[in-house]
Amino acid sequence: MNQSSSDWPLWEVFVRSRQGLSHKHVGSLHAADAGMAISNARDVYTRRQEGVSIWVLPADAISASSPVDKDILFDPANDKVYRHASFYDLPDEVKNM
Amino acid sequence: MTKDEHFEWLLWLADDALILAQRLSEWCGHAPVLEEDIALSNIALDLIGQSRAFYAHAGQLEGLGRDEDQLAFFRTDRDFRNLLLVEQPNGDFGDTIARQFFFDQFALLRFTHLAQQSFDTEVAAIATKALKEVRYHAAHSAEWMIRLGDGTEESHQRIQDSVNRLWEYTGECFESNSFQTAAEKANVLPHAESAHQEWMATITNILSQATLTVPNSTWMQKGGRQGRHSEHLSYILAEMQVLPRTYPDAQW
Repeated sequence: MNQSSSDWPLWEVFVRSRQGLSHKHVGSLHAADAGMAISNARDVYTRRQEGVSIWVLPADAISASSPVDKDILFDPANDKVYRHASFYDLPDEVKNM
Repeated sequence: MTKDEHFEWLLWLADDALILAQRLSEWCGHAPVLEEDIALSNIALDLIGQSRAFYAHAGQLEGLGRDEDQLAFFRTDRDFRNLLLVEQPNGDFGDTIARQFFFDQFALLRFTHLAQQSFDTEVAAIATKALKEVRYHAAHSAEWMIRLGDGTEESHQRIQDSVNRLWEYTGECFESNSFQTAAEKANVLPHAESAHQEWMATITNILSQATLTVPNSTWMQKGGRQGRHSEHLSYILAEMQVLPRTYPDAQW
């Protein structure tokens, strides 16, 4: 479907749910500008106390890896287990690792 | 201040919030875009929350056993004390935003004062909580005024028409009457005249950012605070009250 020029651009929304956690992608929305995107994100994605901070960025500013490149990007790491952080015992006090 | 006077201005606060909330709720599922649909519904819910708190408090003060539901659903249009402004139809999106903008700036002044007074500490507590919501409402409507006014030729013309159409309902926010005077003497509500000046300065500032013109007409509608409403209120109440009046003991 063609996007008509009068449509608002798409924004991707990232919400930090608690201090100390990173911003997490929660979805997208339409807005005319960044200020409006934050205010819409507040209404659409944080009405149930989900967040302490919001990031929005224009969806077309995101460059994504192509699914076709999946093999060359990710497979080489599969057989290098010594790189995986799975041999460490995490203390119980460390949450959100 | 007599109990009647106290009860009266509590009704102003509750009725303004409830009727505007009922109006905004009409947008639910009909707003121009999904994001704004949710925004308007959120604002409506904030206002319903405020009205509940004020009704509950007013009912206790009155001491006749009327709770928030009794006050919201079992009074007729003549008993309602809301501003004529908040019962005006939604019109187009611009009309709704202009109405909201005029009211939000008024509510901001009123709640700022209510949060600081010590005559009624329960109201101060409600106002302190409501002020956070009202600040957001005011930012939301002001941003839309600027966006529409400083937008396209059509949006500019239409929002200017909305401003002109609703202007005659703004004077009532700052009406002087015996209840207002009593509330001013107790330093509960902001002084009508100085609040009006402050409101006008903010409105003028935001409208000029929006490249809009402040109407120069000074003739103002009144009657809402005395229970003399436009025809619209009866229709609002009919829809809002039909269920509890038909099934008075209905439970969720």
